[in-house]
Amino acid sequence: MAFAKRARRIIRRARFLLFASFVAVICSCSRREPPADVVIINNVEPESLDPAVIVAQADMRIVSGMFEGLTRLAPEDDRAIPGLAKNWDVSPDGKIYTFHLRTNLLWSTGEPITSADVVYSWIRALDPKTACRYVEQLYYLKNAEDFNSGKITNADLVGVSAPDKYTVRAELKAPTVFFIDLCAFQTLAVVPRQAIERYGDHWLRVKPVPVSGAFELDSWRLNDKIRLKKNPNYWDATNTLSEIIDLLPVGSPTTALNLYENGQVDVVWDKELIPSSLVDVLIKRPDFHKFNYLGDYFVRFNVTKKPFDDVRVRQALALAVDKERITKRITRAGEQIAEHLVPPGIQNYDPPPGIGHDPERARKLLAEAGYPGGKGFPRFEYLFNASPIHEKIAVELQQMWRDELGIDMELRQVETQVFWGMQSRLEFQMSKSSWAGDYNDPNTYLGMFVTGDGNNETGWSNPRYDELIAAAGNELDLAKREKLFQQAETILDHDEMPVIPLYIYVGINYFDTNKIAGIWPNILDDHPLRAVHRIKPKS
Amino acid sequence: MYFIRRILFAIPLLLVISVLAFALMHLAPGSPFDTERKPASPIVEENIRAKYHADEPVWKQYGEYLNGLLHGDFGASLKYQNHSVNDIIAQGLPVSMLLGGLAFCIAMGVGIPLGFLTAARRGGWQDYAGSFVALLTVCVPSFVIAPFMILIFAMKLKWLPVGLWITPWHMIMPSITLGAYFVGKVARILREGMLDAAQSEFVTAARAKGLGENALLLKHVLRIALLPVVSYSGPMLADLLTGSFVVENIFQIPGIGVFLVNSCLNLDSTVVVGLSLLYAILLIGLNLLVDFAYTLLDPRVKYE
Repeated sequence: MAFAKRARRIIRRARFLLFASFVAVICSCSRREPPADVVIINNVEPESLDPAVIVAQADMRIVSGMFEGLTRLAPEDDRAIPGLAKNWDVSPDGKIYTFHLRTNLLWSTGEPITSADVVYSWIRALDPKTACRYVEQLYYLKNAEDFNSGKITNADLVGVSAPDKYTVRAELKAPTVFFIDLCAFQTLAVVPRQAIERYGDHWLRVKPVPVSGAFELDSWRLNDKIRLKKNPNYWDATNTLSEIIDLLPVGSPTTALNLYENGQVDVVWDKELIPSSLVDVLIKRPDFHKFNYLGDYFVRFNVTKKPFDDVRVRQALALAVDKERITKRITRAGEQIAEHLVPPGIQNYDPPPGIGHDPERARKLLAEAGYPGGKGFPRFEYLFNASPIHEKIAVELQQMWRDELGIDMELRQVETQVFWGMQSRLEFQMSKSSWAGDYNDPNTYLGMFVTGDGNNETGWSNPRYDELIAAAGNELDLAKREKLFQQAETILDHDEMPVIPLYIYVGINYFDTNKIAGIWPNILDDHPLRAVHRIKPKS
Repeated sequence: MYFIRRILFAIPLLLVISVLAFALMHLAPGSPFDTERKPASPIVEENIRAKYHADEPVWKQYGEYLNGLLHGDFGASLKYQNHSVNDIIAQGLPVSMLLGGLAFCIAMGVGIPLGFLTAARRGGWQDYAGSFVALLTVCVPSFVIAPFMILIFAMKLKWLPVGLWITPWHMIMPSITLGAYFVGKVARILREGMLDAAQSEFVTAARAKGLGENALLLKHVLRIALLPVVSYSGPMLADLLTGSFVVENIFQIPGIGVFLVNSCLNLDSTVVVGLSLLYAILLIGLNLLVDFAYTLLDPRVKYE
């Protein structure tokens, strides 16, 4: 009792102190930082800022501002232009690239960047211990795949070397016409050996992080924001047009739109961050910028299981889909329907015609396959991950196939993380799919359907297709290469149809062009941060 | 002695919780390493699993986890690869605690007077109006209150920011949204308690001795009626301090509530286990505090 009394007395006396400290805590939690030049909403919190770890496009947008490769993308049209390399020579057989580095390259911390750093970065990404998910972007180098899989352990055998301080020599397995584009890809960016060897997995959390790109990492608070500040040591710093850029991780479309409308952010650059119920209204506003995007939505068949092992069944289902109903009723952002898997507008390629929409022929094919009027057709499942859009599309497909072909489809929705695993283990009959191209070349789409590719995920295999893709990989003449790809794509989405392409994504960014400049619409939806800036008010 | 025993008893409890959380995460379907983009070859996947020791037997993984835990290390996040679970807690918990603390103040600051008023004016219009407000805050979920407030105070009147967590102004709407439910809850519990206490014999005795009605309610009835509110405040505070997925999501607040939910969806097992333990520790600790507060409020309560 005596203790309780004493405690009560203390509390009474400390009441004012408690109140004062509470106010102090609130005030200390409010931060005073200089305002950023531009505030951008960049989709959810990045998984990492390590070029060898990241997979998501949103993460890559930040990382490409921090780490540069031998080439980089032009902000206007996503062409690969000289980056850390000022120029390069290609051998006549297209297999040896000799890059000449600029001689004025410095890390943000002041040390020189040399060709040894390039070699280190590529070998690090290939090292099995790094467990790089995007490592296939380096498999074009000689012996790279064997080194990554542990078949050879001597890194010197991999086709990249540094003959002198400012020269990088890359030796490829086959002539790869898009290799210069690949050099701008984040997996091949140049990372600081000095920091990585010293701090291991924590190297991005120890300040200052040495960077090779236009921006340094100023602060990184999880789910709060990433602040980048201009790197004065960047070789092209005069063309870095903002001093400070804040990138906010926001996953909710409503929150993103609210923050934008209230003026708390300047740019929202992700098509997923538009509330789907408002898409058709917002898209008409002048500050909403729509463009064709190198990505499409499609359906995968599991061709190893009945009834989709029969090509006639697959074609029948494809012919019965009225794709416009999906883009007009569900997605509503003015998407083009997809006649073929490779989106139009891609570099070096014009896709061949697809199979089209023909319910009459669909019914005939289904009858030929032994299911006239859908009679006797086994019930089957359509697998998709939880999301309102996927669900609406699934229901629409279900209805189309019931009406046109008289067949019944069941819907199966699973958690996203479960979905990826089921898809790769072929634990489905038919599944929702989508793909965004990594680089501006048809190989980014057609390459994944060769036999046994990790992203094939249909069980489909066609020796002729594999041959054509391999031949295209070895072809230097762009016109001949295009022909080979067209023949391959005709097999893929006309003759054999392990997939049904549905529609091409549109990219949508929103920002006021009177306030913000340096963001151009382009097919990769890539917008180098160095060009993004606030327009100075005229005085 | 009693409190020391309670603290010691909490240790095996936490162990059981960690085993359960760990086991559930490993029984859940799917793998944290699956992504839309499949690695070009199975070797890459093996490398990823090896890096996180996911290729070892579960009991061994748990042993390693426990060993880290004894050294104060909650392990590395499988999803946010440059951050440890300690990092996530260190960055998110203070924010969630401040938000929860503010919401707690609102819940108590508004709930107790509201409960007192409705009980003191039982049957009067104040009772009906107050009880209606209390019922409303309990029934209307935060994902309805928040958009309404945003629409009015941020979009239309432009008084407050829509979201983010920067200045005290940014904290007003989230704290109210989070606290609203508990305002109603506290008010209702207090009202019940006061009406109960008002029927006690000592109240009749005090009234017979001529004590004024207000003094009676404030000094005697309220004090007894506060006990259930205090016992409720322990779990409530644990709930509030560990953040709220809905509120943090709507207002874009960097707390740990978002991680609590997203880590489950991502099957980020180290984060799930770490945050479950954190929640358990807070719950056990706050319940202990509640029991301690009882000894201060009620002279009849003694622990041996």
